[in-house]
Amino acid sequence: METPVSFDYASAPESRAIVSIKPKYGHFIAGKFVAGSKHFPTINPATEEVLSHIALAGKAEVDAAVKAARKAYTTTWSKMSGKERGKYLFRIARIMQERAREFAVLETLDNGKPIRESRDVDIPLAAAHFFYHAGWADKLEFAGLGTSTKPHGVAGQIIPWNFPLLMLAWKVAPALATGNTVVLKPAESTSLTALLFAEVCQQAELPAGVVNIVTGDGSTGALIVNHPGIDKIAFTGSTEVGKIIARAVASTPKSVTLELGGKAANIIFDDAAIDEAVEGIVNGIFFNQGHVCCAGSRLILQENVADEVLEKLKVRMAKIRIGDPMDKNTDVGAINSKEQLAKIIELTAAGDAEGAQRWSAPCELPSKGFWFAPTIFTGVTQAHRIAREEIFGPVLSVLTFRTPQEGIDKANNTPFGLSAGVWSEKGSRILWATQQLRAGVVWANTFNKFDPTSPFGGYKESGWGREGGRHGLSAYLKGVGHE
Amino acid sequence: MSNRIDVKKTYKLFINGVFPRTESGRTYEVKSAKGSFIANPCLASRKDLKDAVVAARAAHHGWNKATAYNKGQILYRLAEMLEGRRAQFVDEIIAVTGATKAKAEKEVSESVDRLVWYAGWSDKISSLSGALNPVAGPYYNFTIPESMGVVAAIAPETPSLLGLIDVIAPIIVSGNTLVVLASSKAPLSAMSFAEVIATSDVPAGVINILTGMKDEIAPWMASHMDIDGFDITGLATKKHAEIRASGAENLKRIFAFKSHDPARILAFMEAKTVWHPIGL
Repeated sequence: METPVSFDYASAPESRAIVSIKPKYGHFIAGKFVAGSKHFPTINPATEEVLSHIALAGKAEVDAAVKAARKAYTTTWSKMSGKERGKYLFRIARIMQERAREFAVLETLDNGKPIRESRDVDIPLAAAHFFYHAGWADKLEFAGLGTSTKPHGVAGQIIPWNFPLLMLAWKVAPALATGNTVVLKPAESTSLTALLFAEVCQQAELPAGVVNIVTGDGSTGALIVNHPGIDKIAFTGSTEVGKIIARAVASTPKSVTLELGGKAANIIFDDAAIDEAVEGIVNGIFFNQGHVCCAGSRLILQENVADEVLEKLKVRMAKIRIGDPMDKNTDVGAINSKEQLAKIIELTAAGDAEGAQRWSAPCELPSKGFWFAPTIFTGVTQAHRIAREEIFGPVLSVLTFRTPQEGIDKANNTPFGLSAGVWSEKGSRILWATQQLRAGVVWANTFNKFDPTSPFGGYKESGWGREGGRHGLSAYLKGVGHE
Repeated sequence: MSNRIDVKKTYKLFINGVFPRTESGRTYEVKSAKGSFIANPCLASRKDLKDAVVAARAAHHGWNKATAYNKGQILYRLAEMLEGRRAQFVDEIIAVTGATKAKAEKEVSESVDRLVWYAGWSDKISSLSGALNPVAGPYYNFTIPESMGVVAAIAPETPSLLGLIDVIAPIIVSGNTLVVLASSKAPLSAMSFAEVIATSDVPAGVINILTGMKDEIAPWMASHMDIDGFDITGLATKKHAEIRASGAENLKRIFAFKSHDPARILAFMEAKTVWHPIGL
């Protein structure tokens, strides 16, 4: 008998030569880079290498950015025809496509996500968002029921670290298409692609002040939220911070959209195509290290196929390649920050303490940087913290059900309502389940798919409003008939 | 002149399709425009609100599932029942507000017509606000509006009937269930409208009506964790900030409206987007 041949992957590193990172960055205000006063380091979470120093915006910088945005709104952007505004968005989309590899490498260095994902998902989708919204700029009168054609004015936008450039695109593209101007704050740990985007705005000759980018931490975000010169707030982040923002703006006329947390159920019925479902489970929870608000973090298995699914899932998980994000073969990259890793460790420890059974994929983790092996917990009950709280990491909680209704009830037993998945080969069952699930996005026989034409956003404590599609556009236009 | 003594009506709450008194035993006095006694309606308590929310939550699944055609017919049935009892509503509006007969007649007519208008929206709102999204891949992707769940509302003080209809109809036509606080000064129209509801095939718990003081009940509604949306059209603007801050605890969708508009229906609906692969 011949010895079985083992096919190992040779390393396939992407070159970082395409990016040039400055030792220190300022803010982008009124079309120019202005020096910051205080700075903090930004690191590569896969190596802990300090990449650069990011400016921390205080009141003076936020005031200057809001003032620039207001001026651009009154003097230029709100007066420009939609047709011309749209051309700027098309330009931005094209430049992002031209510089896509540079963005992808920079994103991976700063965020820790695999280059394959930043190259094939984040950056192309970000460009697509600008391309899609560019075409809306001169068609606002067709934006649909309940919306006017009037923008709010100055939009303050605060985005998270999990999809830095993509979240920027989700916020900036619809704001600009509808005639708003923007003050944007990227997340503290992932500012670099937003600052590169500022260069794109310059190359596109976008009028000064239409897009302003201030960097900083939560204190900078609070200055934006509470700034009286801002008319609209758009935030993506945790439900906890979302509630703070909702309270902060309660006494103001500010319009608000919130994209917050989730604890999505991924339901596998016994008639599902099991091999495909296993791929969907892996994509649902381990995509982007599980740093996804809509991640399928609760696997809800019909009891009679639970053993088979779990066995296949473990086999599949053992093949996941975790490690150097710059390697083109890597599936799961680094946890974005030390703080996030601590949170994942704390919640998984609660899983152990509350009696769930942990299983982690056998893999070697790099010695430097922040890492967490893909992990599942079985024997999870609905009362466990790991079934109720968002872990925001590569950790899957497994629950089981007997009747379809029980599966739906477990899926809906959460204060969140962002997304859900359902796997079955029976059309009527799929449609029944999608109808029952109280979530803003339902993926049937697929998971974690995104598109600029497709509205995204949650029910209940997962937020207010939608992003993407006609529904997302309307969030940047004044409503009809509301006070 | 007949010596017959009138049989007067006891005004009670409307919760889960029946007419209970407030568990608190509290009432307040409603007087006519000329100052004479008319009724002792209930001063609803926090427990009454809780009971009404429990009823509304239980009713949501069934009402949400009812076909748009069925919901439209039931709203139309409300209009039919209101039309048949217009004299009673005209009398009550005149008694409480001192309005002229012509003005009271106009309000009742507009209320009937408004119900008919909203009834017709039941099977049209989805096609106008839903979407088939042309995603860049082999997926079938659509967005449909769905009811939000349990919605609370403060009806405006005036007009007490038309204002109430403008709150109730857009909220329930999409499949939401409702707990509404009637006009405090003129609750008679609302409590008589409960009798219209009770004879219109509206399932128990879909519309629950409380009477009482808005400054007392509105904060309870705002902080209730099982209420998804809140229409504060009937609440003084100066109170809005406090209510919005309190409602942030479960991120309630809170709106006040200026007009009757299909946007009023959409405000208490959620857009759901469904993806499915296309392939052999």
